[in-house]
Amino acid sequence: MKTFNIGGVHPNDSKLNADAPMQELPIPKQVCVMVSQHLGAPSQPIVKKGDKVKVGTVLTSNEAFLSAVVHSPVSGTVNKIADIPDASLYPKPAIFIDVEGDEWEESIDRSPEIKREISLSGPEIIQKIKEMGIVGMGGACFPTHVKLMPPKDAKAEFLLLNGVECEPYLTCDYRLMLDHAEEILIGASALMKALDVKQAIVGIEANKPKAIAHMTETAKNFPGISVQALKMKYPQGAEKQLIKALTGRAVPSGKLPINVGCVVDNVATCYAVYQAVQKNMPLIQRMVTVTGPSIPEPTNFLARLGTPVSAFLEAVGGIPGDSGKVISGGPMMGKALSSTETCSVKGMSGILVLPEKQAHRQTVYPCIRCGKCVDACPMGLEPYLIAATAMAKDFEKTEKARVMDCIECGCCQFSCPSFRPLLDSVKLGKATVGKIIRARNAKN
Amino acid sequence: MNETVIYSVVLLAALGLVLALILYFVAQKFKVEEDPRIDLVAEALPGANCGACGKAGCRDMAVQIVNDPAYTGCPVCNEENIAKIAEILGRVPEKKEPSIVVLKCKGGKINSEAKVKFEGLQSCSYANSLMTSEGGCPFGCLGFGDCTKACSFDALHINPETGLPEADPEKCTSCGACTQACPRGLLEIRKKREDTGRVYVGCMNKQKGVYSTKVCKVSCIGCGKCAKVCPQNAITLANNLAYVDDNLCIACQKCVEACPTKAMTIMPLDKKLPSAPKPAPAPKEASEAAPAAETTKTEATA
Repeated sequence: MKTFNIGGVHPNDSKLNADAPMQELPIPKQVCVMVSQHLGAPSQPIVKKGDKVKVGTVLTSNEAFLSAVVHSPVSGTVNKIADIPDASLYPKPAIFIDVEGDEWEESIDRSPEIKREISLSGPEIIQKIKEMGIVGMGGACFPTHVKLMPPKDAKAEFLLLNGVECEPYLTCDYRLMLDHAEEILIGASALMKALDVKQAIVGIEANKPKAIAHMTETAKNFPGISVQALKMKYPQGAEKQLIKALTGRAVPSGKLPINVGCVVDNVATCYAVYQAVQKNMPLIQRMVTVTGPSIPEPTNFLARLGTPVSAFLEAVGGIPGDSGKVISGGPMMGKALSSTETCSVKGMSGILVLPEKQAHRQTVYPCIRCGKCVDACPMGLEPYLIAATAMAKDFEKTEKARVMDCIECGCCQFSCPSFRPLLDSVKLGKATVGKIIRARNAKN
Repeated sequence: MNETVIYSVVLLAALGLVLALILYFVAQKFKVEEDPRIDLVAEALPGANCGACGKAGCRDMAVQIVNDPAYTGCPVCNEENIAKIAEILGRVPEKKEPSIVVLKCKGGKINSEAKVKFEGLQSCSYANSLMTSEGGCPFGCLGFGDCTKACSFDALHINPETGLPEADPEKCTSCGACTQACPRGLLEIRKKREDTGRVYVGCMNKQKGVYSTKVCKVSCIGCGKCAKVCPQNAITLANNLAYVDDNLCIACQKCVEACPTKAMTIMPLDKKLPSAPKPAPAPKEASEAAPAAETTKTEATA
């Protein structure tokens, strides 16, 4: 079975209660929509207090190329536009909407039947994706339309669909592949048309046999799309690792996937593309896994964006008494939340509640030079060296140790027997070296 | 047997003499003339190689001082050092106003109660890239002590009670290494003013008062009361923050009295004037009652 060749770790996959059906979360009384929910230039709100909005009304504008707009996930009245602390406690602008009924914009096709014929042309599809505010749903929130417009000298050969879901606990992509396989593949066909590629491969890890079987069966009706089962290994869902696993190509240091003829999109992004292109529906809701070892019934919820985390937790019976931490995303790369009043955004794939005894870091011991971090690093770096040089503020050496290639997957910290904060030190070095490089480029 | 000993002694003595002569002539030939005062000045400098002057070290600085009479000198030297150097060089000792580092944040554990706990790498610059501060202030002191690690003089230490760094007035040389180390620019070198006390704004929160008072009890809300009472017009307002111009300030402490949130700071605390100025005791009471009401209100809403 295929996989990537360097490094990687095997965390316990903990896909709890994955076969439970998806549930729709009731719309809360008030939603709070973050103004910027993508990677890139910040957006500006274009509605004001007291405005009436419907589901799908555009809320923000952004002229920048690397950007995505946000649509109203509910119908109602704009209560206020104010700064609220996000997961990092930094205040970020958000639009608060009081929910009144559930009235949708007329242009959105809400009929349940699947629309198979793709009538739009390639450039029209890209324009539609941009208008509908589609971003990468795996967590990074990179605007999808940007990926579909490769530079002139590069040509895409493969579209790779990421159904790997290598983060432990998360099951939302698995659920989506079981429930909406055909829509995902229609979305993928639309992306193939936009990119003008003939071949697409769906990568799914071997711990999801039902999804592999169902997707393979469905893909028979789609010429050019094949399904590839992959050996279980973290971080297979990372772009460069997935390309290596599915095509055998290695993305050179400092290059993009398009340089080796690949474009990678998450299966959830494909589903969103299907809804945008075929149903004219903007990105206003997503599947969120609410899970944790002490949650009685971990469930996948389809919820409108801007729903507070507390509403999700109430739906699974509240926070268990022994909880120590609530994380947005998975345990490997997710971010601890500072408050359960934080609202869901386009990139929030899961809410993980960890019990107190799993929630904290262990005592740090000195480095014993065992080299486990070097074995684990999927980019072939030497995390102990990068960490040491960064902490000694010897950033020239940090740069020479290829810190900029780090994908921040956390395998080094996961494998360290001395519980050293390797990823933290590497991230600090990466941020500083990035600044030094930008300053140097600005000078030249 | 005796011969062997004699040969060895004579040979070694002769070899030693020849090599000594070579060394002597080489030393004469390649002799470097150096001002003897450089060594003396280098000895008189603090010798921490802190880098505050921008030179490679204290000796490099000594070369500069000896060779360039117009050069103002080491920013770290105290009066004693300056007098010694002046004596060596036969110059008039320059007058230097002593200065010290101040922390423009009064949050910490007491005034800005922790809402979250940060367990990652205990480094301010790393924590700054991930979050605000444990109390929620995006501009406040993180308290992981990057500044204390940067200090070459053992003058900065985190006070475990407040969680904020405090400068030792005896040891601080105002070299400014800590001001560079702070990722939030909270440290500033200001005049020491040992007799009157130094006045500055103990807050860098640029947010509006409605937000900043939610995360800290002593945030500057940019109300401008201090600027109104200042007889020297030393206080300017920008970005919801007041700033006291160190050159204009006469440490009259009127602004300290007027500040409703107690962000305006006087250090050391024993220099604080008894808080009952002659002109109007009544408004002073009002100003003290007002912040109390304000804090309870924000606590209730928060």
